[in-house]
Amino acid sequence: MTSVQHSPAATEEVAAFAPRRRRVRAGVEKIPVWLWVVGVIVGLYLVLPTLIVIPMSFSKSATFAFPPQGFTWQLYENFFTSSVWLQALRNSVVVGVLVAVVATALGTAAALAFDRLTGRVAGFIRTLMLIPLVAPGIVLATAIYITFLQWQLTGSLLGFVLAHTALALPYVIISVTTSLAGFDPQLLRAAASLGASPVRSFLRITAPLISRGILTGAIFAFVTSFDEVVIALFLHSPTFQTLPVQMYNSVTADIDPTISAASSLIVVIVTLLFLVPLIFRRPDRNR
Amino acid sequence: MASWSARRFERHTLTRHTANWLLLMPALALLVVVLGIPLIENFYRSISEPNWTITNYTAIFDNSVTLLILWRTLEAALIVTAIALVLGYPYAYLMTRAGARSRAVLLAVVLIPFWTSALARNFAWIILLGNGGPVQELLNFFGFPNTVLYGTTAGVMLAMSQVMLPFMVLPLYAAFGGIDRRLLLAARGLGSSPAAAFWKIYWPLSRRGVISGIILVFTLTCGFYVTPALVGSPQDSLVSQLLAQETTELLNFAAAGALGTFVLVVTLALVAWANRVAGTASIAAPATRRPVARRDPA
Repeated sequence: MTSVQHSPAATEEVAAFAPRRRRVRAGVEKIPVWLWVVGVIVGLYLVLPTLIVIPMSFSKSATFAFPPQGFTWQLYENFFTSSVWLQALRNSVVVGVLVAVVATALGTAAALAFDRLTGRVAGFIRTLMLIPLVAPGIVLATAIYITFLQWQLTGSLLGFVLAHTALALPYVIISVTTSLAGFDPQLLRAAASLGASPVRSFLRITAPLISRGILTGAIFAFVTSFDEVVIALFLHSPTFQTLPVQMYNSVTADIDPTISAASSLIVVIVTLLFLVPLIFRRPDRNR
Repeated sequence: MASWSARRFERHTLTRHTANWLLLMPALALLVVVLGIPLIENFYRSISEPNWTITNYTAIFDNSVTLLILWRTLEAALIVTAIALVLGYPYAYLMTRAGARSRAVLLAVVLIPFWTSALARNFAWIILLGNGGPVQELLNFFGFPNTVLYGTTAGVMLAMSQVMLPFMVLPLYAAFGGIDRRLLLAARGLGSSPAAAFWKIYWPLSRRGVISGIILVFTLTCGFYVTPALVGSPQDSLVSQLLAQETTELLNFAAAGALGTFVLVVTLALVAWANRVAGTASIAAPATRRPVARRDPA
């Protein structure tokens, strides 16, 4: 009985107490210094490895020694005059662009389908399609390698595009699905009532409204392929290899410092690519 | 006129159902060819070669070298997960407390390892951990002279923890967002110490995020291939390197199939379990959590 009588009183006390306490604390309650110290240390841990490759790429030293010595464009010159590095870069760009095109087309179609299919089977297929996000790359790489060997797809453009598209699809599906979440299906009904065919209403209404999701998906698809190394290490051949494979070999086999220039270039290119959707944000929102 | 069009639209929804399945087919076909067939063949080889047995699977646990490598992988993954949790928890907490501008900076910083090329990142770690590198200087300063972490499991774990931190911080940050901080003030108001308020209220409420982060980091760490290969040494190889070796050097496709299937099943089971327990386990969470039957069926 006492507890029953006691508890409302206690709640009242808290209720009366909390706002006052909060008002006092709101101004006073500062983030403890140690938390900022931890935050800054963790932040440096996250950022430093990315930042260090840029000064290293201007080093005069012929090895991977730290700190970088002097200042020279030599490594960039090596990169842009070496047929091996340039061919690897060209292959990576070609594979990446093809993957972006194919994965964006297939992924957008699949996302539209998943958006309208509500059954259990569709949900199950959707989960299966997201498996490449969490499955260990090496397991997929070894399995794909053995099968592609039999199909004679190793060391070929087609083999790389197929494998990378499978990895890139989930990113396109997720980003298009996310942009479809803000899409009002009544618009399609309105379009139909005005006599638009489904294809026309997709091109004139759905596509422009989800364009940012499609663009983001395409960029993710390109970067996924451009940066992919595990499957590439298995599928490459002496005549067809991508930039990450050449970088891998330059560490393990050649000890070629040109990798610093390649690393800096990739970091800069990928950062710029990820900034593209941000540029397109504003017009999209106003529409 | 309007009603005729509206009726035509309704009729369309029936044919639309078939059309939707057709939209799905190209992506499905690609995944069947690129992932379905290789993975099924992989499994098939593992149980049918040299004959129909499960010896390829029992061999995993009979071989002391394989067991040692599995154990080392497990140990490395657990340590990396622990490092990511210890560093990621305060960082994510700071993100929830910081002002809008600081928070944007903290978020951008945590996303940087995501978009740093894997090769560039590992190359950077080779420099950082190498002889004469900054990590050696730092360890020197703290009284560990002449310690080179390049080529050691410790170095590999340091490099892996860095890239795994976002996978810990983001689910934690998402979970922290749902915690009402007034509960902590209430606890303090009722006389609890800051530490007790944290352990009795905040920690249990952040459990979902903690589980998501732990499972995600643990499973992804078990699958690392490039970092141990470049930053570590062949004597300390992890399970991915064993799998690669069996495939390309020993050409023992059946054994590789068994090991690969084993790793894949364990990984997917853990992710599925985390999804069930925590609701949001993968980076796919924002999309998958969306209610499926959100739409007016018409």
